[in-house]
Amino acid sequence: MFEHYLSLFIKAVFVENMALAFFLGMCTFLAVSKKVSSAIGLGVAVIVVLTITVPANNLILNYLLKAGALSWTGVEGAENIDLSFLGLLSYIGVIAAIVQILEMFLDKFVPALYNALGVYLPLITVNCAILGAALFMVQRDYAFGESVIYGLGAGFGWALAIAALAGIREKLKYSDVPAGLQGLGITFLTVGLMSLGFMSFSGVQL
Amino acid sequence: MAKTDTARGLLITPIFQNNPIALQILGICSALAVTNSMSTSLVMGLAVIAVTAFSNMFVSLIRNHMPSSIRIIIQMTIIASLVIVVDQLLRAFAYDLSKQLSVFVGLIITNCIVMGRAEAYAMQNGPGLSFLDGVGNGLGYTFILLAVGFFRELLGSGSIFGITILQTVNDGGWYLPNGLMLLPPSAFFVIGLLIWAIRSFSPQQIETSEFKITTNTKPHTAQGSV
Repeated sequence: MFEHYLSLFIKAVFVENMALAFFLGMCTFLAVSKKVSSAIGLGVAVIVVLTITVPANNLILNYLLKAGALSWTGVEGAENIDLSFLGLLSYIGVIAAIVQILEMFLDKFVPALYNALGVYLPLITVNCAILGAALFMVQRDYAFGESVIYGLGAGFGWALAIAALAGIREKLKYSDVPAGLQGLGITFLTVGLMSLGFMSFSGVQL
Repeated sequence: MAKTDTARGLLITPIFQNNPIALQILGICSALAVTNSMSTSLVMGLAVIAVTAFSNMFVSLIRNHMPSSIRIIIQMTIIASLVIVVDQLLRAFAYDLSKQLSVFVGLIITNCIVMGRAEAYAMQNGPGLSFLDGVGNGLGYTFILLAVGFFRELLGSGSIFGITILQTVNDGGWYLPNGLMLLPPSAFFVIGLLIWAIRSFSPQQIETSEFKITTNTKPHTAQGSV
C-alpha cells in the first residue's frame, strides 16, 4: 500500500509534472516567476490548496455527482440519479469556496502565513493547475487516499517547477537577449528546455 | 485607440496587434497542450470563440444588475455553464475529438482570456460590442493555436488535418518525422519563436529589459587589453 502511494507521489511530481508536461497553470507560472521569493510563496500556496481541494472534489464526486452516488440518502429512486454533467460547475465552485475559506481562516488564526500567502490566494482560484488536477482525478478514478497523495504530489511538482524557473530568470535578466526575444520569448524557450529535461523522467517505471 | 471602437476594429485588432496569447500572456495553458494536431487546435479554438463571445454577451447584459462584490462568482458561474454546454455538445457530436481534448475543454473555465475579457471589456460595454470583442479575442487565440498546430503536425507527423503532405519514411516516402514535435517541449519552442517573429514585425511590442549591457568603457592600452 505504502509503495503504491509513494509511486503515485513520485509520478505526480516528476513524470506527470503539472506545469512542464501538461502546461497547467501557465499564466501564473510565467507571470509570477520573476523572483524566487514570490515564486516559492505561490508554490507553497498551490501545494496547500491542491492538497485540500482534490480530496474535497473527490468526496463531492463520489457522494453527490456520480451515477448512483446519491443512494446513501435512502430516498426512493436516488440510485438512478446521475448528476455528473454538473461536474465542472461544482468543482470550480468548491475550489473558489475553499480558497475563500482558507483566506479567511489564515487571516484570523495564522496572520504571519496570511501575510506571506495572502496576495497569491485569489490568483489561485483561476489557476488551471487546480481545476486540472481535479479533472485528472475524476478521469483516472482515484480513491480518496490516492486523491490526497495526488493533490500533494501535483502541487509539489508545480512548486518545484516555478521555483526552478524563477531561479533561472533571476540570472537571465543580466544576459544580452535579442530584442524580439526579450521577456516573454526567452522565457518560453527556457521553459521548453526545462520541459525537455523533465521528459527524461518519463521513461521511469514505478 | 479610436480604431478599436468600431466593430471591424474589435474583430481584427486582437488577432495581430493585440493578440491575447502573444502580447498579454493570457490563456496559454490550454494553448500548448492541444496543439499537436491541427484538428484538435481548430476544435479547441472554436470552443473558446463560442465561450468567450457568449460569456461576454451575457455578462454585458446583466452588468448593471450585478453587485460588484460578487461579480467574480457570477461571471464564473456563467462561464462554467457555457463550458458545460460546449463539453456536452462535443461529447454528443464529436466524441473522438472530445476524448483527445480530454480535460482541456473543462479547463476553458480557467482560461484567463474568457475571464479577462468579461472583466475588462464586457463590464463597461454593451452586449453587441462585447459579443464581437469576444469573437475577436477568440479568433486571436485560434490563430496562434492553428499556427503552432501547423508546425507541430507538419514536422511531427508530416500531415495537415490528417492529410499527408510529406510522405514519411514509414510509409515508403522520404520524410523522417521529427518525434520531438509531438512532445510537450516543442510547443514552448514554437510559441517562443512565433512571439519573436510577431515582435520583429511590430517592434512596439518588444519588452524593455531591466538591465542594459553598456559598451566597454575601459581604456585600451597599446599592448591590447590588460
